[in-house]
Amino acid sequence: MSDTHQQSIGYVRDSMIPESEPPLGEAGAIKWMRANLFSSIANGFLTLAALTALYFLISGFLPWIVNGVWDAPSIRECREILDGKVGGCFAVLTERWNQLLFGFKYPSDIYWRPALAFLLLFVAIAPVLFSKVFPKQILIFTALYPFIAYFLIWGGSILIPIFALLGLIVGYLVYSRFVAQSFAAGFFGGIAAALAFWWITGFIAVDGVLAIEAVPSRDMGGFMLNMLLGTVCVSLSIPFGIALALGRQSDMPIIKWICILFIEFIRGVPLITLLFVASVVLAYFLPPGTNFDLILRVIIMITMFASAYIAEVIRGGLAALPNGQYEAGDSLGLDYAQKMRLIILPQALKISIPGIVNVSVGLFKDTTLVSVISMFDLVGMIRGPILASTEWNGVYWELLGFAALLFFVVCYGISQYSQWLERQLQTDHK
Amino acid sequence: MTKTVILGTLTVAALAAGAAGAATLDDVKARGKLNCGVTTGLVGFAAPDANGKWDGFDVGICRAVAAAVLGDPTAVEFVPTTGKTRFTALSSGEIDVLARNTTWTFSRDTDLKFDFVGVNYYDGQGFMVPKALGVSSAKELDGATVCIQTGTTTELNLADYFRKNNMSYQPVPIETNAEAQQQYLNGACDVYTTDASGLAATRAAFEAPGDHVVLPEIISKEPLGPLVRHGDNDWGDIVRWTFYALVAAEEYGITSANIEELAAGTDNPEVNRILGTEDNLGAMLGLEPTWAKAAIAAGGNYGELFEKNIGENTPIGLSRGLNAQWTDGGLMYSPPFR
Repeated sequence: MSDTHQQSIGYVRDSMIPESEPPLGEAGAIKWMRANLFSSIANGFLTLAALTALYFLISGFLPWIVNGVWDAPSIRECREILDGKVGGCFAVLTERWNQLLFGFKYPSDIYWRPALAFLLLFVAIAPVLFSKVFPKQILIFTALYPFIAYFLIWGGSILIPIFALLGLIVGYLVYSRFVAQSFAAGFFGGIAAALAFWWITGFIAVDGVLAIEAVPSRDMGGFMLNMLLGTVCVSLSIPFGIALALGRQSDMPIIKWICILFIEFIRGVPLITLLFVASVVLAYFLPPGTNFDLILRVIIMITMFASAYIAEVIRGGLAALPNGQYEAGDSLGLDYAQKMRLIILPQALKISIPGIVNVSVGLFKDTTLVSVISMFDLVGMIRGPILASTEWNGVYWELLGFAALLFFVVCYGISQYSQWLERQLQTDHK
Repeated sequence: MTKTVILGTLTVAALAAGAAGAATLDDVKARGKLNCGVTTGLVGFAAPDANGKWDGFDVGICRAVAAAVLGDPTAVEFVPTTGKTRFTALSSGEIDVLARNTTWTFSRDTDLKFDFVGVNYYDGQGFMVPKALGVSSAKELDGATVCIQTGTTTELNLADYFRKNNMSYQPVPIETNAEAQQQYLNGACDVYTTDASGLAATRAAFEAPGDHVVLPEIISKEPLGPLVRHGDNDWGDIVRWTFYALVAAEEYGITSANIEELAAGTDNPEVNRILGTEDNLGAMLGLEPTWAKAAIAAGGNYGELFEKNIGENTPIGLSRGLNAQWTDGGLMYSPPFR
C-alpha cells in the first residue's frame, strides 16, 4: 500500500498510475496453462502423459473413422478397398441397418409402423415428463398410446386394442361407482368387470375386421425389441413397485408377508434365471400347442424383476420421510388412500427419483439379456445372424460400437432428464 | 392342495406331450409348416441373410425334410435356439426336428431321450497356429500356450491329448469364439483349438488367412447330426431317410440339375426307387411317391449342399475329408434304398 503513494505530493494521491499489462507469465494462455496444467512438477508430468495418451487415441481412432468404408458387400471387399490402410468397415451398418433396428423377420415394407409408434412415444410421454410445458389435454393421448402402439407394431384387427381399451373403461366405471362405499369393493369390482368384458368379447370373431398386416411376436427384433421391452417394463413396474412398497409397509400381515416374500424372492434370483423360466420351463408346464406369447412371458418376468427393485427404492423414499408427515396426514382426518396420494407419495417419490432412474437405466440395458433365450434383440442380432453370415464374420468393433452408441444416447438422455427433474422438484431452501 | 395341482398339471402336460409326440407327421401336415430348430447363427451352417432368408448347411436339411413331407422347401418355420435352449425346445414339442450342429453322444441319445437320425457332418477338434511358428504337426506343440474355450469338451480332449503324448501346455481360458479370435490374433496364445469347422470359419474371417494353418491332427470325434424326439419312430424314419436320400443322391449322381431328366426313368433301379418311379417307397413312410425327389430338388444332394455352404469355393473353404462319400474314402454311406 505504502509505495503507491510515493509519487504524490502531500498525503493523498490525486492521479492514477496508468494501467499496465500484467506480466507475461500471469496472463492469457500461459497463466491458464500454469494454473491448470503445470501447477506443479507432478501435474506437469500428468498433463504430458494425458496429452500423449490423447494423441495415441485420436491418431488411432481418427483414421479408423475417416477411412471407414461405407459401401461394400462383404468384409473381404472392405479389406480390398482399404488395401492395408486402417479403417472401419461401416458397410455392415449400411447393409444391415434395418436388421439392427427391426430384427431380420419384421416385414420391410411396414417399417414405418414401428417408426411411427416410436415417434408417437415422444408425444405420449411429453406431458408426463414435462407437465408444466405441455397442456394437460395431451394426457388423453398418453392414455390411448399403448393401444395405438400395439396396433401399429403388432397389426391385426383394430378391434383387439379397442376391446382391451373398452374393458379398462368398463372396469374404471365400475370402480368409480363403488369406490365411494369401499375402496376394496371398487377395486376388485372394477377388475372383475374388466375381466368379464374381455371374456365376453373373446367370443367375438375379430379376425380381419378393419385389419392391417399382422406381425407375430417372434418376428420382433433389433433395437425395436429393446425399446419395446424397456418402455413397457419400466412404465409397468413403477405402479407395481409403488404398490409393493406400500404393501411391505402395510399393517395387514398377509399383504405384508406376500409383498416381502415376492420382493425378497425376486431380488434373490438373477434376471437371467427368470428369463430361462419364461422361455424354457414354462414350455413344459403349458400343454403343447399353447402359444403363450414369448414376448408377453418375457415382459411379465422383466416387470416382476424391475418392480421388486423399484419397490425397494420407493420404500427407501418412504422411510426417509419424517414420521410427522404421516401424523400430519392422520391429524387432517385423511383416510389411508388420501394420505398416501396427497401427502406421503409425492414427497417419497421425489426422494426416490435418482434410484428409480438408476433402476430404469439398468433395466433398459438388461433387456439385452434376452439374446440368451434366442430372441434377436440388438445384441442378439449382432452376435447371431450378422456375425454368423459369411459376409460379415469378423466385424466386431463397428457393430458393437453402433450398439453402444444407441444405448448411450437413450441412457444418457434418461439420466439428463432425471437431473433436470430433480432441479424442478426442488422445494427446499438452499 | 398346491402340490396336487402341480402334479396334476405335470401329468396333463406329460400326457399331452406324449400324445403330440405320437404323430409328429400329422401335426406337421395339419400345421402346413415344419418347425425346425437351428442355431442363432453359425457361419456356413445356419444364418439369415440380408433379406432375412435362412441359409446354410443345417438349414439345407430342414428344407429337404419340409420338401419331402409338405412338398414345399419354403414351408419351414426356423426356430433359432441357443446351446442352452435347444434340447428343451425339442423335448417340449416346440420344434419337430433339431438341425443345429449338435454332437451325437451317448448321454444325449439315451438320457436326454432323443434320436439322432444320422451324421451330416463329421467334425473333430483341431489346432490352428500362425505359419510363422513353423509348426507342421500337433506333436511339435510341446510347451505351447493354447487358447481354449472353458467348460467345453474341447478342454478335456486337449488335456487328454497332451498327456497321452507326454507334452506340456499353458492354457489361456477364453469364453467365446469372438474373444478367442482377438486373443489369438494379438498373440496371447500360440495355438487356438476348437472344432475343425469352427477353426476354418474363424480363419476365413482373418485379414490374412494365409498366415495361419490348421494342423492335420484331429484329436476328437464330433459327429454332428439332426435329431428328433424319442418315441415317434415314424417321424424319425422320415427325417433319417430324407437325409440318406441326399447322401445316396450324391453317390448315384442325382443332382438338382439333372433330377428332372432322371425322374423320367433310368436304367438304374436304385435311382428309380429313390425318385419314386419304381416301387412306392414313399408310401412306406406315409409320404408322396416323389418325396425324395422333392427333398433333393430343394437344395441339391449332399455334395451340392456341402459345396454351396461350406465347401472349398466358399470363404470357409472346408475340404470334404471324412465327409466324402465312402467311395471316395469318406464316411458318408447311405444304406440301400429297397
